[in-house]
Amino acid sequence: MSVVPTTSPLQARRRLGGRLGDVALHGLTMAAALACVVLVGAIVWKILRLSGDSYDSFGLDFITGRSWDPVKHVFGALPFIYGTAVSALVALVLATPLAIAIGLYLSELAPRGVRGVVGSLVELLAAIPSVVLGLWGILVLGPFLSQHVEPSLHNSLGFIPLFGEPQETGQGLFTAAVILTIMIVPIVASISRELFLGVPRELEEGALALGATRWEMVRGVILPATRSGIAAAVILGLGRAVGEAIAVTQVIGGGTRIGWSLFPPADTLASKIASSYQGAGSGLETSSLLYLAAILLVMGLIANLVAQVIVRRFDPLRGART
Amino acid sequence: MSRYRRRRLVNRGMEAISTIAALIAVAVLAIVVISVASRGAGALSWDFLTKPQALFGQPGGGMVNAIVGTALLVGLATVMAVPVGVLTAIYLTEFAPRRIAVPIQVVLDVLAGLPTIVLGIFVYALLVIGHTQSGYAGSFALAIIMLPVVARATQEMLLLVPSTLREASLALGVRRWRTVLGIILPSSVGGILTGTVLAVARAAGETAPLLFTSSIFANAVQTDVTKALPNIPVLIFTYSEQPDPALHEQAWAAALVLMAFVLIASIGAKALLARSRRKLTG
Repeated sequence: MSVVPTTSPLQARRRLGGRLGDVALHGLTMAAALACVVLVGAIVWKILRLSGDSYDSFGLDFITGRSWDPVKHVFGALPFIYGTAVSALVALVLATPLAIAIGLYLSELAPRGVRGVVGSLVELLAAIPSVVLGLWGILVLGPFLSQHVEPSLHNSLGFIPLFGEPQETGQGLFTAAVILTIMIVPIVASISRELFLGVPRELEEGALALGATRWEMVRGVILPATRSGIAAAVILGLGRAVGEAIAVTQVIGGGTRIGWSLFPPADTLASKIASSYQGAGSGLETSSLLYLAAILLVMGLIANLVAQVIVRRFDPLRGART
Repeated sequence: MSRYRRRRLVNRGMEAISTIAALIAVAVLAIVVISVASRGAGALSWDFLTKPQALFGQPGGGMVNAIVGTALLVGLATVMAVPVGVLTAIYLTEFAPRRIAVPIQVVLDVLAGLPTIVLGIFVYALLVIGHTQSGYAGSFALAIIMLPVVARATQEMLLLVPSTLREASLALGVRRWRTVLGIILPSSVGGILTGTVLAVARAAGETAPLLFTSSIFANAVQTDVTKALPNIPVLIFTYSEQPDPALHEQAWAAALVLMAFVLIASIGAKALLARSRRKLTG
């Protein structure tokens, strides 16, 4: 192939302009992408740096400290870590089977017409603002749980220390866990549905052709094939449950009690931060709130990264793209 | 034969369980929507929509200042988030080599998964400490939430643009940047728009990022973004924490307004998204 000589100055200018355009657009878009990276870096740096005062005063003992006393300037995170762990775990225990069952219904059972509608409705559940869900939780769900569900759990299963004396207000860990369940079911269910739909048809048909019932096919083919993906979905749900602040703040009641029963009021890391929004008294208290945020941030980062490593293998968008 | 019957029974049972699970989810959605709608409709009136909040402890009042504030906050956040999100998506799909695209994608997903209260306290530390709460601080926090949503939606759309279009344009000697701006972006503009609407719906309902950045505000209509802007989510949050039933009623009404906006925007955006996706994939 011969090179066409370009002598016309007009053409030369156009070529230069074209190259400039390429460089400019490349540079501009790269700057935007870098801005995202810088932003995440800034978030981590800023929060770690501002929690420094509290870290200098309490060190890692902050994590095991049991009291949060602005008057005596003693701050510890243990009650909130406890509240976070318990509410998130209860929510996961309730949500995971429910979400997997919904995913199975949407991918395997639902008739074609119903599938789209129910799938969209489940996703809409995730779109309800958390403050609205929290309002409903505090005024409708909480009283219902405390008058009907908690007494019957206490009466029938009261020998298990988890189900202690019911609360009168309906504000407590259990209500928070139920609200969190409502928030994470749609997330886990949508991901599960996509995973189940991604299982190769031939495998499913092979199992059915061998005489397996639909449930045997699900148990023998679909669930094993998507196990790690489901794990990732659950971890993402966990990350959401751990980080949710508003709805939990509204229904959890607030407190620093640590105990077996699920019903009394408590606080999570996120709800403690959110409920202190009207201003912390001292610099040390602010710094301690940021220390709580730092713990939350680290937990969120770990959950996210682990889930991503697993998800990446399934998602065509992020997987094998050249 | 009894073994066969048992297997069929188990199968039936499991099918019933998963159907019931789906019904539970739909029922919860219905219960929440209906209880917000029925309680909110009672307190909702033209007065409520057009009057500003009453001073603390006084009866009456409305939410017009919160509606205006939320519109400003979200509008400003959209202006900040959409260009960065779209450009990032273009970089990831059109320019970046794989070894750079993957880590940036990871960072975007991390950003999407960060607890919103952490984002709120970050902006508080960055823009509010030493200054005062302000509308632009709140908008910036909301923009951080919108950014990965916009980027993700745009990316999905850009990936759907048939590579034949791209190749045809390049084969005609059209420059890369003109291909991107003239061919690829226009054919995915529908998806970008609906992604933006989805992000707006998400941001409009977020409370946590605003608590620390725009929650201490005047009871009058406020359009100065250098001061804290009143907004619907914080109004619902603070009213729901009060013991006064009259405030609860107002919270329900505000929740109805917010929920209606968010749900309608989400449904609309998803319908449009499905349409533009069909258009692209044929």
